[in-house]
Amino acid sequence: MALSPAITDIEQLKNHPALARIQDWNPQAIQSVKFDRDEMTIVVDRSAIREACALLREDPVCPFNFLSDVTCVDWYPAEPRFEVIYHLLSIPKKERVRLKVRLNSSSSTVDSLTSIWPGANYFEREVFDLFGVRFAGHPYLRRIMMPEDWEGHPLRKDYPVEGYR
Amino acid sequence: MAHLTPTPVLEPAQDRTMILNMGPQHPSTHGVLRVLLEIDGENVVRLMPDIGYLHTGIEKTCEAKFYQQVVPLTDRIDYLCPLTNNLCYVLAVEKLLGLEIPPKAQWMRVLLNELTRINSHLVWLGTHAMDIGAMTVFLYCFREREEILKMFEMVSGQRMMTSYFRVGGLALEPPLGFFDRVRDFAGYFPEKVDEYENLLTGNPIWVMRTKGVAKMTAEDAIGLGATGPTLRGSGVDIDLRRDMPYSSYEKFQFKVPVSQEGDVFARYMCRVQELRESIGIVRQALDGMPEGPIKANAPHVVLPDREKMKTQMESLIYHFKIITEGFAVPAGEVYQAVESPRGEMGYYIVSDGTAKPYRVHMRSACFANLQTLSKMCEGKLLADVVAAIGSIDIVLGEIDR
Repeated sequence: MALSPAITDIEQLKNHPALARIQDWNPQAIQSVKFDRDEMTIVVDRSAIREACALLREDPVCPFNFLSDVTCVDWYPAEPRFEVIYHLLSIPKKERVRLKVRLNSSSSTVDSLTSIWPGANYFEREVFDLFGVRFAGHPYLRRIMMPEDWEGHPLRKDYPVEGYR
Repeated sequence: MAHLTPTPVLEPAQDRTMILNMGPQHPSTHGVLRVLLEIDGENVVRLMPDIGYLHTGIEKTCEAKFYQQVVPLTDRIDYLCPLTNNLCYVLAVEKLLGLEIPPKAQWMRVLLNELTRINSHLVWLGTHAMDIGAMTVFLYCFREREEILKMFEMVSGQRMMTSYFRVGGLALEPPLGFFDRVRDFAGYFPEKVDEYENLLTGNPIWVMRTKGVAKMTAEDAIGLGATGPTLRGSGVDIDLRRDMPYSSYEKFQFKVPVSQEGDVFARYMCRVQELRESIGIVRQALDGMPEGPIKANAPHVVLPDREKMKTQMESLIYHFKIITEGFAVPAGEVYQAVESPRGEMGYYIVSDGTAKPYRVHMRSACFANLQTLSKMCEGKLLADVVAAIGSIDIVLGEIDR
């Protein structure tokens, strides 16, 4: 089972239910797409993520009604530094899609998904706690893993793995 | 001394309510879960879980290790189902590498994963029943669990922190007599499940404490991100083993127990029936266990056999290289999810093409399931909070990572 190269051409991938839905709605919201190792990734514009998720959740053909996971990757020192990653699952169609939002370190704020899925609450708090990415509209954006008075965000790449800060 | 102040602080909203602190050291919280309760007499008005007491920064540690060195860390996330975590991690790395795993290794993985599921459910059943007041079940469950731990010790040398799966296959051949022992266990285990059910399912006290308690609708469960028996207890029929099969689960026949009621009893029934289904899968795995190698044919990733190292130059070189500098993984990202005893266990791994993972994220089932606790308990009786915590089967190691 050799790895086949990733497909990044929107035209080839437009049959994917999630991509088709977002393209119908607003083609400008899509920054790029990637189909790699049987997984679909759509990079969405920061301002569009909430509406895109609401749209995918209510999709009549393939409703991505379950938010599996929210996490983040720090690409320090590159810019845009943060990638917030959402894994959606369609329980009726057994289909997955990954949405991404890229954020600059100067304005690392993205809309919260708690109004669409209340379950996003803890995941976003975790990302806020460990990466310092803020979620606008989150009802209780406090640290969840680290103590309340902790300084710094441990999963950032400029935070040391061992030793004292 | 700000860190000595217990946070977060919940303020009573009305004059007639008071704040009750439960945990973090409380036997029914299964570890170090702290729950803040605002109560009005015996009724819970608000409930707020406070977690993070077991946070050890495993995700950060993973970024400083070679890919193969991460395997032992995955055991420590969820100490009740170490092999499920091992499996999920190695599947994710194998997907990144594009490795093909020989059938025997896949079947062994299924066999051990189902034993792990039984092990985890037995601990859940015993402790959950004890929380509600049934002491005997605990002793019965741990009797059978001991036998499973001995089997784990046979294959991996460890009772709990197994680390038995490797990227590309298994660490060792299963020892002589292992399959006989598992077959023996699979033979008498269904009777034992009958024994537990005799003690609980029809027991009027158990039924009163669980039926209609801590109810949750399917929409709430999906919205809050619940998975596993917590979701299936509310009538949503999804099981990743059947719906998105991995490690040749598609070759096994099993039913997915679903209950419609959404209460503690429904979740209990789902798990007890899963015990029976799991032992069925174990039996199928024993009967159909294929012959052949246990490691993939990928010398740059899989450690060579000890014998070959002494006779073949290349094997010695590969061994030296894998141990000292790890193996490089092509750049990319994968999300691999498996059905752990508690729900969807997912590993999201980002590789930048080096021998160390750029980012390892664990999507733990309990972390999301814990959010359902407020929904289950608010407006209900204080005494049922303990039943609700038990019914979502929490493992704090997995929540806090």
